[in-house]
Amino acid sequence: MKKIFKTKTIILVWLPALLMANTVSAQTDIDAIMMEKNAFCVGPMYSYSSWKKYWEGTLKRENLNLGKVSTQMFGLMGNYGLTRKINLLFSAPYVKTKASAGTLHGMKGIQDLSLFVKWRPFQKKMGAGKLSLFGIAGVSFPLSNYTPDFLPLSIGLHSKTASARIMADYQLGNLFATGSATYVFRDNIEIDRTSYYTTEMHYSNEVEMPNASNYNVRLGFRNHRLIAEAVYNKWTTLGGFDITRNNMPFPSNKMNATTVGVNVKYVIPSLPQLSIVGGFTTTIDSESKVLGKIIDSRNVGQATAVYGSFFYVLDFSHKTKSTDKPAKK
Amino acid sequence: MKKIIFSSLMAIAVVTTIIVACNKDVEGRTDNTPALNPANIDLNAGAWRPILLTGPAEFAVTAPSATTTPDYIAQINEIKTWQAEMTGEEKRIVKYWSAGAVLRWNEILRELVAKHNLPPYQNADGTYPFPNANNPLAYPQFPFANPPYAARAYAYVSAAQYDALVATYHYKKLYNRAAPYTVDATVNALIPKSALPSYPSEDAAVAGAAVELLKLLFPGDQDYIQQKAEEHKRSRIIAGANVRSDIEAGEALGRQVAQKFVTRARGDRAGAAIGNQAQWTQMETDAIAKGETPWYSLESPRRPPMLPLFGKVKAFLFDSLTAISLRPPPPPLVNSPKMKDETNEIYGFIKNPTREHTRIVHFWADGVGTYAPPGHWDAIAAEDFITKNFSEVRWARNLALVNMALMDAGIVCWDTKYFYFNPRPTQLDPNIKTLTGIPNFPAYISGHSTFSGAAATILGHIIPEKATQYNAMATEASLSRMYGGIHYRADCEVGMTVGKNIGDYAVQRARTDGAE
Repeated sequence: MKKIFKTKTIILVWLPALLMANTVSAQTDIDAIMMEKNAFCVGPMYSYSSWKKYWEGTLKRENLNLGKVSTQMFGLMGNYGLTRKINLLFSAPYVKTKASAGTLHGMKGIQDLSLFVKWRPFQKKMGAGKLSLFGIAGVSFPLSNYTPDFLPLSIGLHSKTASARIMADYQLGNLFATGSATYVFRDNIEIDRTSYYTTEMHYSNEVEMPNASNYNVRLGFRNHRLIAEAVYNKWTTLGGFDITRNNMPFPSNKMNATTVGVNVKYVIPSLPQLSIVGGFTTTIDSESKVLGKIIDSRNVGQATAVYGSFFYVLDFSHKTKSTDKPAKK
Repeated sequence: MKKIIFSSLMAIAVVTTIIVACNKDVEGRTDNTPALNPANIDLNAGAWRPILLTGPAEFAVTAPSATTTPDYIAQINEIKTWQAEMTGEEKRIVKYWSAGAVLRWNEILRELVAKHNLPPYQNADGTYPFPNANNPLAYPQFPFANPPYAARAYAYVSAAQYDALVATYHYKKLYNRAAPYTVDATVNALIPKSALPSYPSEDAAVAGAAVELLKLLFPGDQDYIQQKAEEHKRSRIIAGANVRSDIEAGEALGRQVAQKFVTRARGDRAGAAIGNQAQWTQMETDAIAKGETPWYSLESPRRPPMLPLFGKVKAFLFDSLTAISLRPPPPPLVNSPKMKDETNEIYGFIKNPTREHTRIVHFWADGVGTYAPPGHWDAIAAEDFITKNFSEVRWARNLALVNMALMDAGIVCWDTKYFYFNPRPTQLDPNIKTLTGIPNFPAYISGHSTFSGAAATILGHIIPEKATQYNAMATEASLSRMYGGIHYRADCEVGMTVGKNIGDYAVQRARTDGAE
């Protein structure tokens, strides 16, 4: 039993704080936690994010005809231990958007399915601690034919993506640090219009989607019972264009965002199959010239989000079943 | 379980490979349009009825030098020099412009409209700045190419190009100078050969007319426009289609003809269409005096109405008294049960919109940052004209008919909107949230419906076998405004009828302009 809950942790991270629906994913794919072989961890999650100010290109502004743009997400996520070194993960959210002012209609629907394979080829004692290296590959694709062309109220960008990530984790006692770098390939999308203007005219309903990169650093406390971490994340769109003055946003905008946040995960002592997860994240900004350049927020909302979730571990392994009574399904 | 896992691993591998390997270049629908190769060269188009010109010879064009002169031979050698060493870029421009001068300039104009179709951001005190034609690059940039502005721009450019080509074809037939590849067999024809005389150049006339009008309509984009015009003219020399003197004569003629249209545009009352505070207030007061609820802007801060005096602009297809006679009877009274029903109907549409309705709304929205509804109908027209192998002059004539109908539809529609000053559904029921932006002008009658009714009618005359389809498209465009929550049924249905009536004026002209 101990063995199971030691490894069943799921921690959520905030991924790209896009101008659109801020997508929270079941990002166990970006932490260093692995599920034990044949253990399946699954759970619902809810998040609420909102912004009043956004960057139109690099110009920070508010919009009285949008007011506060909010996104609610109801998701289902899971992580299965194929082996101790290879985990499979999925997430599927339902998203609902709303603008508090103006006349624009919110949108809702099932968004994109994400699948990841997380592989830990290397784990070794190093110094007083332990170093682990990971390779992670993922894909995502839309589960419904929602429109991406109604930003900032679209529920997503409707692009098929493939991502490749390398990640390193070092744990020293109860303290840990994880760092990762991700490259995201994004497939072109189709919109309902037959033409659109970016920095030039396009007589097509197909939109070229720029790829993106993501850097993530997490520091904190981690033991069998509790994880508490601070997370820094930087999402950069590699291409795309800026929203022009007082224009509407567009899916192929250059959306860049840097977020910081905290996550806490707690395993219920009396029911160790169950864990509770919560967190908070915010898009950061800086007036400073140097820092502002590093943060480089563009074409996204300055979103703040909270989320909560709980996860339950089901154990499919015969070996541990005998020692783990409550795992029955 | 193992099977599921294996297939999901395979799926990830396959999808990754596809996404990473895929070519992201997006091809535009007209990128690979074949070179214009008209079934009928319309050699006698010089006899077609022009729009503003008193006759095809109103502007003189001097006789060209003979093809045996050293001057001409030097010009032939210019072509040969270009053709001897062609760069990839030169091949590209030959191919691009060979699709048709009227087509490409219409696409450029649509691009300029989309670039400039942006409502100005408010001042700190909640008022709004207006673009200034004399300082076009200062924010807010001139113009704000909103739907009426766009309709007028398309009409002037198209009409001027048509008149320029009527004059051009007159002189082509008169002087009968053969194309360079016909005079000298060693000149390559990089475009389909034609029996049409090459002096003056029809391409240069189209470009010259466009450049002159775009100075007025898009004064801040001169570098781009001039670059396109230079490229266009050069492409025809490289292609072996024209010698330099063909180009020069065509361009000069195009510019002169366009000047007549520039003069008309300066006096067509569009410059005063913005109105002033006193006039805006008067419209509100008049509506109240009639016992009606006046329209007000649903933007925050409230924006002055869009071009409230555009209804007074001089139409192309009829005089101003006719324009007023085309104004429909009033909409249902705001407080009537009929209006309540119509408002409820719209709420029903937006409450839980289907994906198909959303698609229709977005397909036809043509709002901020787009080429506007008249541009959408130009795109529809252009893509169908490509399939018809029209000559350059027939392209211009047909597009001028479509765009004059669209502009005049805009005039009658705007006159109606500000005459009745009727509120939008969301003003009567704030629960009506919209699937696209609410345009900043009164509801009755729907601009999309009026534009679409007019365009479908004239297009159905030009391409009769598609008349039913054009009507179906117009109906869908009209309904899209109800599905989107921004118009009542009366706005749309009456708008369509008014639009069709205006389209009939274009049909009338088409029947009598000598081209059929």
